[in-house]
This record gives sequence, structure tokens and C-alpha cells, in this order.
Amino acid sequence: MNHLNEEQLVLYYYGEPAGDVEEHLAACEACRGAYHTLQRVLNSVDSLPVPERGADYEAQVWSTVERRLAPRRTFSLFSWKPMLAAAAMAAVVIAAFFVGRNGSPFQQKKPAAVATDSQVRERILMVAVGDHLERSQMVLAELANSRDPKHGSLDISYEQRAARDLVESNRLYRQTASNAGDEATANLLDELERVLLDIAHSPAEVSGDQLKDLRKEIEGRGILFKVKVFGSEVQHNESAPGAPSL
Amino acid sequence: MEESDSVAVARAKAGDEDAYRVLVERHSRSVFRLAYRMTGNEQDSEDVVQETFLRAYKQLHRWEARSSFSTWLYRIAANYSLDLVRRRQRHGEVGMTENAGESETDLVRALPSAEPGPDRLLFSDRVQQRVAETLDALSRQERTAFVLRHFEGQSIEEIAAALGLSGNAAKHSIFRAVQKLRRALEPLVNVQP
Repeated sequence: MNHLNEEQLVLYYYGEPAGDVEEHLAACEACRGAYHTLQRVLNSVDSLPVPERGADYEAQVWSTVERRLAPRRTFSLFSWKPMLAAAAMAAVVIAAFFVGRNGSPFQQKKPAAVATDSQVRERILMVAVGDHLERSQMVLAELANSRDPKHGSLDISYEQRAARDLVESNRLYRQTASNAGDEATANLLDELERVLLDIAHSPAEVSGDQLKDLRKEIEGRGILFKVKVFGSEVQHNESAPGAPSL
Repeated sequence: MEESDSVAVARAKAGDEDAYRVLVERHSRSVFRLAYRMTGNEQDSEDVVQETFLRAYKQLHRWEARSSFSTWLYRIAANYSLDLVRRRQRHGEVGMTENAGESETDLVRALPSAEPGPDRLLFSDRVQQRVAETLDALSRQERTAFVLRHFEGQSIEEIAAALGLSGNAAKHSIFRAVQKLRRALEPLVNVQP
């Protein structure tokens, strides 16, 4: 009679398919002895102590996790639905801008009325761009302020997805600003687009070094600062007493 | 009535923060136990617990209901524990050895093979110490496979999937781990007082 090998005994101990082990053990004293030794060895492994956690351990873990999730939850505003809405809004704003700007040449308008329409169109664009910059600022700030991954890599898939969506609307706003002759806005959006593209094309999980490169790109261009300043100016103009109402 | 993990995950995916709290509270102790058995270090294990739940939150959309949430969570915890141990090794800290299974200087072989007959308490301490030393001497793959099989009750198929191995490779990692444990512990358990 062939005796059972160690692998069969291990599989049997763990309840994995191992053939007719049970029958053999009933009939073979030598294998039964070997199996009992294996049982004693593996049972002794269970004696390895795991430090006890306090009664409120679960609540403590949640409290820490919740704190660290807080910025992430804010960030989840960048899910694809709001981003699609933003892109759709961009398209509407741009369409409105051009319809207003290139309206029928045969249409006769009073000079004063034309000036007012132009101001309103510019304001619509600025409000939309302001919103776009605010969203972009959150993506950039999230990456600029990320802690270096302590071990392994950092998952930036949220930021990456958001950046990808923002690139689309950024392109539309940049073209609109450029066509409207607003070089300052177009230049800022051009710079922003390059950074957003870098983020969008990064791996979903970045190493510490890759994260540093992204930060360097953001900081080197001073884009976060420019976006903040521009966003504040837009807000300031919007709340100015003479701003035309929409 | 307590809701299942699948229901809680579905609510969490829909933005219900309380549902994620339920999942964290339900699994934090078991993730800690797994992490401790993988890393053998209390502080590292706490780190693993937090990082596991943060990563799981960010990847909730990747979880598919056909697999168990806890198995998926343990996979994240096991992978992160491995990252941690790898990092410790890079920095020359004590921990699991990369290729203990194939090494000629296998630490397990160097362990003394006989023990005097101490009293039960002392004996128990020695067994625990020997278990810890032997687990530390396993390769990363052996230790992970063994911990998932022995302590977490995962099937060989699940372990193979978690470690990206074939079923056969996962099985042999467990066999090698058990063989080393047997070699180190058999002299002790056979003289059990």
C-alpha cells in the first residue's frame, strides 16, 4: 500500500480535494500518525497572538478613515455627470456667444443695444470660465497638496478622470476666448490645458517620483496661482455694482 | 435587520456615507488581524487598515457583486501589506525574505531542532516565538498564500487569483510554507508537556 504524501495530508487538513485520504487514514496507522503530527504543527500556528484592539476600535478606524476621505468626497463632485453638464453648458455658452456675435449682418441694431449685448455675452463667458477655473483649481490643488505615498503608489484615477473631462470644456473655452480676441484668457486656458493633459495622460496610480513630476509641472508653471488670481478677478467683476445682469 | 455587504456597498456607491461606515466598522478588526499576520508589526498593521479602507473606497466601482466583499477587501489589504514589507526590505529592515524558499541559507534550517522540557506557559511562549520566526523566514509569496489559506480560510483558487498565480503555484507556495513550519515546529510539538 502506498502511503499518503505530505501534500495530500495538507490538502486534506484544509478541506481541499485530496482523493481518498479519509479511507486511507482509517486503514493506515503510519499515515494517521503523520497526519496527527501535521495537525499539532498547524494547530500550534493558531497560538500566534494578535494584539488586542480596544472596544471602540471600529469607531476609531472610521473616524480616521472619514477624516482622510473628506477631501476625496468633495472631489467626487467631479464625477462624470457634472462634468458632462459643464461641457454641455460650455457648448451652450459658446453657441450663444457666437450667435450673438455673428448674428445676421442684415439685422439693424441701435449702437447702445449692441454694446449691452456684447457686455452680457462677455459676462456669460466669464461666469462659465470662472466656474471651469474653480473646478480646475480643485483638481490642481488636490494633486499639489497630496501627501507622498508612504508605500507603493497613489491612486489618482479620480483626478485623472476629472482632468480628462476638463480638457474638453477647456478647449472650447480657449477657442471661444481666442476668437473673441481675449488673449489673456486664451493664454491662461492654453497653459491650463497643457497641465490638464499631463494629468489626464498620467497612470491611474502614480509612484512618489511621478507625483513629484506632476507637482513640478503644476508649480513650475505657477498655474495654480494664475488660476486662483484669474478666478478671483472674475468673481470680483461679477459682483461689481456696474455688472450687467443676465 | 443587518444589511448585507452587497447592499451596503450599493448604498455607499450611491454616495451614502453611513453605508461605508458600516462596512469599515464591520471589517476593521479582521483586516487588522490579517495585516498583523502578514506584517508581524502593530504599527504597520494600523497603516494597512487605514490604507485598505481608503483604497477600497476609491475603487468601490471596481467591486463586482459576484465576489465576496470581504475577499476583495482582504486582497487589497494583502497587497498593501506586501508593498509595505517590500519597502521595509528595501530599507534593510527585518522582515520576510524575498526567496527564503529557494535560499541555501534558509533561516528555518538554522533553527535548533530540540527543546528542553519547560513548563506549559514557557513552552507556549516558545512555540509562539518559533511560529513568528518561521513565518518571518517565509518568502512573501509563501507567507501570503499561507496566511490567506490558514487564517482566512480562502480556497486555493481565491489565493491564486489574489496573488496572480496559477492554482498549482499557489498550492505549492502553501506546501512549502507548511513544510518549513513543520520542520521548525515538529520537534517542539512532539515534546509537548
